[in-house]
Amino acid sequence: MKTVFVLLCVSFAQFLFGKTIEVCPTCPVSSIKQAIQMAHACDTIFIKKGTYTEGNILIDKELTLIGEDYPVLDGQNNTEIITITSDFVNIIGLQIQNVGTSYTQDRAGIRLKKVHHFHIKDNRLFNSFFGVYLENSSDGIVEGNMVKGKATNETSSGNAIHMWYCNNVLIINNYVSGHRDGIYFEFVDHSTITGNLSEDNLRYGLHFMFSNDDTYRRNTFRNNGAGVAVMYSRHIGMFQNIFERNWGAAAYGLLLKEIHDSEINGNTFRENTVGIFAETSNRMNCHGNEFTQNGWAIKISGGCQQSRVEGNNFFNNTFDLATQMAAADDSYNGNFWSDYNGYDLDHDGRGDVPHRPMKLFSYVVGKTPEAMVLLRSLFVDILNFSEKVSPVFTPENVVDKRPSMKPFPLKGARQFANRLPFTASIGGAVDEAK
Amino acid sequence: MLKILKYSFFDLIRSRWTYIYCAFYLILTFSLLALSNDLAKVVISLMNIVLLLCPLIATMFGVMYYYNAREFTELLLAQPVRRTSIFLGQFLGVAGSLSMSWLIGAGLPFVLYGVFGSAEAGNFLTLLFIGVVLSFIFSGLAFLIALKNENRIKGFGLAILAWLFFAVIYDGLLLLALLLLNSYPLERFALAASMFNPIDLSRILILLKLDVSALMGFTGAVFRKFLGTGFGMAVSLVVLAAWVLLPTLGIRRLAMRKDF
Repeated sequence: MKTVFVLLCVSFAQFLFGKTIEVCPTCPVSSIKQAIQMAHACDTIFIKKGTYTEGNILIDKELTLIGEDYPVLDGQNNTEIITITSDFVNIIGLQIQNVGTSYTQDRAGIRLKKVHHFHIKDNRLFNSFFGVYLENSSDGIVEGNMVKGKATNETSSGNAIHMWYCNNVLIINNYVSGHRDGIYFEFVDHSTITGNLSEDNLRYGLHFMFSNDDTYRRNTFRNNGAGVAVMYSRHIGMFQNIFERNWGAAAYGLLLKEIHDSEINGNTFRENTVGIFAETSNRMNCHGNEFTQNGWAIKISGGCQQSRVEGNNFFNNTFDLATQMAAADDSYNGNFWSDYNGYDLDHDGRGDVPHRPMKLFSYVVGKTPEAMVLLRSLFVDILNFSEKVSPVFTPENVVDKRPSMKPFPLKGARQFANRLPFTASIGGAVDEAK
Repeated sequence: MLKILKYSFFDLIRSRWTYIYCAFYLILTFSLLALSNDLAKVVISLMNIVLLLCPLIATMFGVMYYYNAREFTELLLAQPVRRTSIFLGQFLGVAGSLSMSWLIGAGLPFVLYGVFGSAEAGNFLTLLFIGVVLSFIFSGLAFLIALKNENRIKGFGLAILAWLFFAVIYDGLLLLALLLLNSYPLERFALAASMFNPIDLSRILILLKLDVSALMGFTGAVFRKFLGTGFGMAVSLVVLAAWVLLPTLGIRRLAMRKDF
């Protein structure tokens, strides 16, 4: 809120004290660089429709750049386009395209260098190597941008929104696709990612490294190479997101690696090879999520302690849960399991017979992955059945003592499914850019 | 041979059991489609049933038909007809009528639900093809067993055992082998082992089609790499064809030698 307030003040200040410079191909001022040179701090530059090929544009004053009808800033595939080195800069409504791949420098469509109080809003970035690149920047907003690339392999592609050593940044309602990572966080603290749609990226839809106290909510991550990865971070909140169709031999809906004290609430995991994969992650709190038609809903590998998986819905997953061993303080109680077949004599809504979510075959596959060739074979069904009747191999304490008889009416992420204002027009805009 | 094939075929087509078998598949497929409406899911459910039922019914039907038609066979043997054509005709008649029941029973509902317009058409055709192949393989095995054993009880017992072996025991042994040889790279072994069991091979063919292969991780990748290529597909088709041919040749050989 503080950030928004400051920004509001800044933009009002510009209307009160700043002057306005218009740029268009036929105006007295026909180049953006020239306009920036003429401008003083707090001025506003209006850029009219047209194509501007001016190479790298450096913004070193407190300026607001506003595009009308998406003027095109074209880098002709060999340069970074906008570099911001001043605080209090707003970039609104530009179409930035063709940054071009470089193997020696991380070129970006818009780069912010050691600045604070910025607002990057409603821009379209097409075919940019890195889209919006924030380094050492804080207290700003990246909002409503469409960043669309056509990356084909990981080594020659950049991230759509890349953040490195940042603090207190809002990433809201952006559409990112066709890059290496959709949104990339490295050493970013106290930041929020809300309402974004990240799809068809080569690696991760969202990638967290060494970033603490961040929250992401109501985002959709769809069809990315390996889903969402959250690594080496603490106190991350993940609420009401949708993870879907992250499908492939090494794909996850959500990968947690050395994540401590995470809150995973109200998310929907649909049709992922693995819904949540957790590795050496302690105190994972997983409540009120919905797992539908995943290969594995939750896979917990070694070194995870005090995991709490409670009050979730599990529908038709090939395996609901896979874990090598459960620590004594893990809890898998009070979930709804679609393959639970116990009864509820006292009608308290909780099954009277404990449910063992881990099938024997799931255990066998954990030991010998090749045994997966026997998936859906009659023999395996018989094995699972006999193990269910009298458990011998599956870990003793992976058990739901009070499974719910009915699915929880989870509001889940459904109702927040993002309706980005411009997703419908993406196809046309991209064609234009090419 | 064609005459006998035709006779067996029409004899079976007139039989109550063929209708019941066909009706069973019709009802099953229709109710599955009505329940879920999602063609992909119905294909998966049907797969489980096909892998279990097609071989079982084919085995039982084959044995039963051979023993029941024994008197007629003896009558035919007295005529100037070649032995091989009698038995092969009967076998093909049984397998043909079973396949037809399956094709109509499972195919008709799907066609009515408009499978050919949807993305599932390929998977559906694979499923149908596999049902037919399994019917042929297991009725062939059944005929072979029945020819070998004069004793009906023994014949029935052996036929059921054969089915049980391929449907359940083989997988158990394979799993055991995989667990025991845990420390070796087993992908190729698993691939080779599944080739020797028509039910396993069919199951994996369908699973790979249904994109569940991602679940199989590296093993799945190996399988997909092999079966996804033209060569792999050709090999698995050849193996399935061999599974049809071997019992047929066996029947031929036994029929030539058998003393009635």
